[in-house]
Amino acid sequence: MSAPSAETDLHGSKVGHTPPPEGAGAQNYSIRKKSNDQGAVEGELLEVSMGPQHPSTHGVFRMDIVLDGEQVVKLKPVFGYLHRNHEKIGEGTTYLGSMPYTDRLDYFCSMTNNWAYALSVEKLAGLQVPERAEYLRLILAELTRLQNHASLCGFLLQDMGAMGTPLMYAFREREKILDLFEAISGARMMCNFMRFGGCRCDAPAGWFEQVQQIVDEFPAFLDEFETLLTENEILMARTQGIGILPRDLVVNASITGPLLRAVGVNYDIRKVDKYGIYDRFQFRVPLGVRGDVYDRYMLRVLEMRESVGILQQALKSVPGGPIVDPKAKLRGFRPKAGEAYGRIEAPKGELGFYLISDGSPNPYRYRVRPPSFINLTTLEDMCLGHNVADVVIILGSVDIVLGEVDR
Amino acid sequence: MPGAKLEIVKNDSPSAQHSLWVDNASAVAVAKYVRDEASLRFDYASNVTGVDWPEMELSEKIKVKKVVDGVEKEVEEVKKTLRPGYLETVYHLYSMELKHGPLVIRLRTENRTDKAHLPSLTPIWRGAEFQEREIFDLYGIIFDGHPDLRRILMWEGFKDFPMRKDYVEPDDYEYEPTPHDEVLDRVKQHYPAEVMK
Repeated sequence: MSAPSAETDLHGSKVGHTPPPEGAGAQNYSIRKKSNDQGAVEGELLEVSMGPQHPSTHGVFRMDIVLDGEQVVKLKPVFGYLHRNHEKIGEGTTYLGSMPYTDRLDYFCSMTNNWAYALSVEKLAGLQVPERAEYLRLILAELTRLQNHASLCGFLLQDMGAMGTPLMYAFREREKILDLFEAISGARMMCNFMRFGGCRCDAPAGWFEQVQQIVDEFPAFLDEFETLLTENEILMARTQGIGILPRDLVVNASITGPLLRAVGVNYDIRKVDKYGIYDRFQFRVPLGVRGDVYDRYMLRVLEMRESVGILQQALKSVPGGPIVDPKAKLRGFRPKAGEAYGRIEAPKGELGFYLISDGSPNPYRYRVRPPSFINLTTLEDMCLGHNVADVVIILGSVDIVLGEVDR
Repeated sequence: MPGAKLEIVKNDSPSAQHSLWVDNASAVAVAKYVRDEASLRFDYASNVTGVDWPEMELSEKIKVKKVVDGVEKEVEEVKKTLRPGYLETVYHLYSMELKHGPLVIRLRTENRTDKAHLPSLTPIWRGAEFQEREIFDLYGIIFDGHPDLRRILMWEGFKDFPMRKDYVEPDDYEYEPTPHDEVLDRVKQHYPAEVMK
């Protein structure tokens, strides 16, 4: 065949992208007239498109911000740059086929994503999880929380201008935990470790001793991190009183995770639902008072200390036995018709999966309830009246991962 | 709740999460009631999602008495009924104050084409704002009373609703220098016959 002519559309897509509006492309800002209540012109407003390639947006996320001088008067988040319709793909594959794909939702916390999905399918099919698998799941989930919160604190300080050092300190600890994930699952980030009714394989020899060593060393890292940062004058000046949300709005807007507890609402799904074996261990739920960025930072540090406590208790009593429910079928898995919603306390908030089965090998409906997407509902409320530089750290304190926001 | 039509939708799976089908006219009133009533206090709308149920032929076996060759006999017949298609939204509600849940509420549209309207519950739970926008974007349900109903994940100007069961994916054909077999068949659809000689 001959080469396609210039007129032929190589991509042949019937949908096609809409052409950009006239004048767009050359600049990413525009100037509007600012008028007062009577309609008289009273200065100018600047409309800026922040993102999708801005380094502070933690991925491809965009905010349309209208500025009056340095102050934010309007902010609209724009999503979808990483959208691949995860839920439609989930309907087209088997139940087990979606398990490795859940890793790609929040790629910092693939272990908790696996657990939330496995928990929902277990509710749908009525599977039981053996003791040893429950312990492994809990240990892996708490390790995930440690590395997620540590790197979030590092990223938050990076956004504040503490270039490099806190982030590298956090990443040093994260690497150790990722090595543990690699030892047990074969992958650092895309773990694909849990199965319906248990886990994929048992821990290798000596793995629990390695976990014990890292958990023992972790408080020293936290002490060092806190000595350098927590009472730092610049950090307190930049974060205290910034991005405060009223308590009623936080509950009404379905905000979950550290953002919810930072305003003082005692709601941790590990305590409320007692899924897995969380009811066997002693831990406290840290609560904030003011709900500003500083409280969110502090709360994550305190949650890491509680996670270390849970790990210390769990590591003392890991039982032997099988790693997966012998009744669970890996191949030809067809739960009978019905539906189930399962949820866990992921590091970023409530991660839920809603599944409808029609008795076939594929789910009829596969829905992810993403915590960081819903936590962005009140981004505008948090940012109004603050400076652009504060928008960066407010977004950093929400803790978003775009793989999960856009799905 | 005067005048509210409610129906319990059974869930046969081991999760036993039964749900409540609320009629559209009283949905906002019912939502306000379950949020504010002191013994319920479902103040937290955790998960809001859409489901597509296209038109489907349901068949069930029934026994009918018939006269065959002068003798009355019981004959099994397959009765076919056409279930009209509809779109559905599902709300999973929890209570942060009383720490109970979930309460599952379902709303159903009249059909999948011109009457795909539902009342928005965003004025009751702000947490539904982005999730209802997502349902509008991917399923095409129009939420009356939503403060800012725009596409959220797909781009402005996109025409279709990708999560519907009858959605046809675009043919994202890419140029290949040596196409063969099924790729060649697709190539032929993209180029006029004289080019393909």
